[in-house]
Amino acid sequence: MRREIPILIAIVVGFVYVIQFFVPHAPFDKFQNWGNDWIQIIAGFAIILGVLNLLKVSLEKVYKKSKGWGYAVIIIIGFLIMTGAGLFFSGGKNYQNPGTPFYYIFFNIYFPLNATMFAILAFFVASASYRAFRARNKEATLLLLAAIFLMLGRTPLGDYLSAGLPTGWQLKNISDWIMDFPQTAGQRAIMIGIALGIISTSLRVITGLERTFVGGE
Amino acid sequence: MNNRKISLVILISAIWLTLCSQILLAQEAAPPTGTKFDYHWFDTNRLNVFITLAIVFSAILWFIARAKKGKSLFIRRIAGLDAIEEAVGRATEMGKSVLYIPGIHDMNDIQTVASMIILGNVAKTIARYDIPLIVPIRQPFVVPVAEEAVRQGYLSAGRPDAFMKDNIRFISDEQFAYAAAVNGIMLRERPAANLLLGSFYAESLLLAETGASTGAIQVAGTANIHQLPFFVVACDYTLIGEELFAASAYLSREPKLLGSLKGSDLAKALIVLAIIIGTILETIGVKWFTKLFVVQ
Repeated sequence: MRREIPILIAIVVGFVYVIQFFVPHAPFDKFQNWGNDWIQIIAGFAIILGVLNLLKVSLEKVYKKSKGWGYAVIIIIGFLIMTGAGLFFSGGKNYQNPGTPFYYIFFNIYFPLNATMFAILAFFVASASYRAFRARNKEATLLLLAAIFLMLGRTPLGDYLSAGLPTGWQLKNISDWIMDFPQTAGQRAIMIGIALGIISTSLRVITGLERTFVGGE
Repeated sequence: MNNRKISLVILISAIWLTLCSQILLAQEAAPPTGTKFDYHWFDTNRLNVFITLAIVFSAILWFIARAKKGKSLFIRRIAGLDAIEEAVGRATEMGKSVLYIPGIHDMNDIQTVASMIILGNVAKTIARYDIPLIVPIRQPFVVPVAEEAVRQGYLSAGRPDAFMKDNIRFISDEQFAYAAAVNGIMLRERPAANLLLGSFYAESLLLAETGASTGAIQVAGTANIHQLPFFVVACDYTLIGEELFAASAYLSREPKLLGSLKGSDLAKALIVLAIIIGTILETIGVKWFTKLFVVQ
């Protein structure tokens, strides 16, 4: 029953969702909202599972003094400080208001750290581009050429360099052409494949053929 | 499922639907206002979607039935999926772990479901080679599903003792905190292979580039088109879009699942045919055919 019940839920909910798309009549028109509410409620309970898992793994690491146990100490301290600040020192329900310790930690520690991680992306884009744009073969050379036209076409430098050319040959228009035709065509082809893949996977799940995701064979 | 189980499923579904209907119909005493379709049992504006879906469903079910009868089905080689075995082999030779990143979305994203299916198959392969499998997770809801998929993989391989529950780790539900932690795992534990399969967003390149810098063999796959270029440049193999959804059938080689792949292929051929016919008709000024495909 441990596997049959989740499969049963997947089958019933899957078919109900398909039906509700075509039947704008009660009760089916209510199912989407119901489903979304249930997801929110279950996810609320699931966060406890996640936090317990994180704490258990971190505490075990510290207890056994495993490799990198110092990081686990930081996780535990961070967890305790943030939870303590939110629950006990930030005015209960108003914990998100400006001036509370929770707000202070969020905007002065968490927020800059988050922004830093996102900013690192710029450097990774540069290093990945350098590797990708080396003209090693025909495909890589095409990629390089397309990238050059696009990057120049999307900057004032491109306008400046190609200002004297006929309109159709200006870098801005070449980059627009690349985006509107080859790029869009390729993207749509991938999207059609994805849509069919989603239909096929969904059908396997809601007919019970696919059971690996609940631990079945 | 056998016939008895299917009957049970249908019976319980019917009871459940009837109960829900009764409850909701009781609540619907006052007639709602809204579109003219409020009281219709079928939205005729979506008839074209219904017919298309019925054709695709029928094609898939027909190929599944053929596969069940034992007809052999040819499936093209997918290099990215073959590379998973290669990556696991390399990790075994080096005596290092394999890092499996199932994306950052929850279980209500079909990509995460597809990723969990692949995880089960990957775990089965890894269990045979006796190397650690680390699965960092962003969404708490995915944790029990991943645990179950990996546990079953180890069980199928006859190595339930090698299953390490603590290697399926909840990290954080914050996107960049998760990315930072996974990067940390890559740099500290130096897995020999990184498998990034699922739904990814801005963290895709952060993860893939860090993985590339550690020298790990990387196989990535996502149906998020905007992240595909990042994976293509930073990973050794990339499963593009539908290949992610084909993975479970391809890896398990189970005829029923392969049948569903062939059904999708037939549907794709029909779509290509419709595109060609539509292009020709539009070019000569005939509009009715393309209007058949307008979705409201």
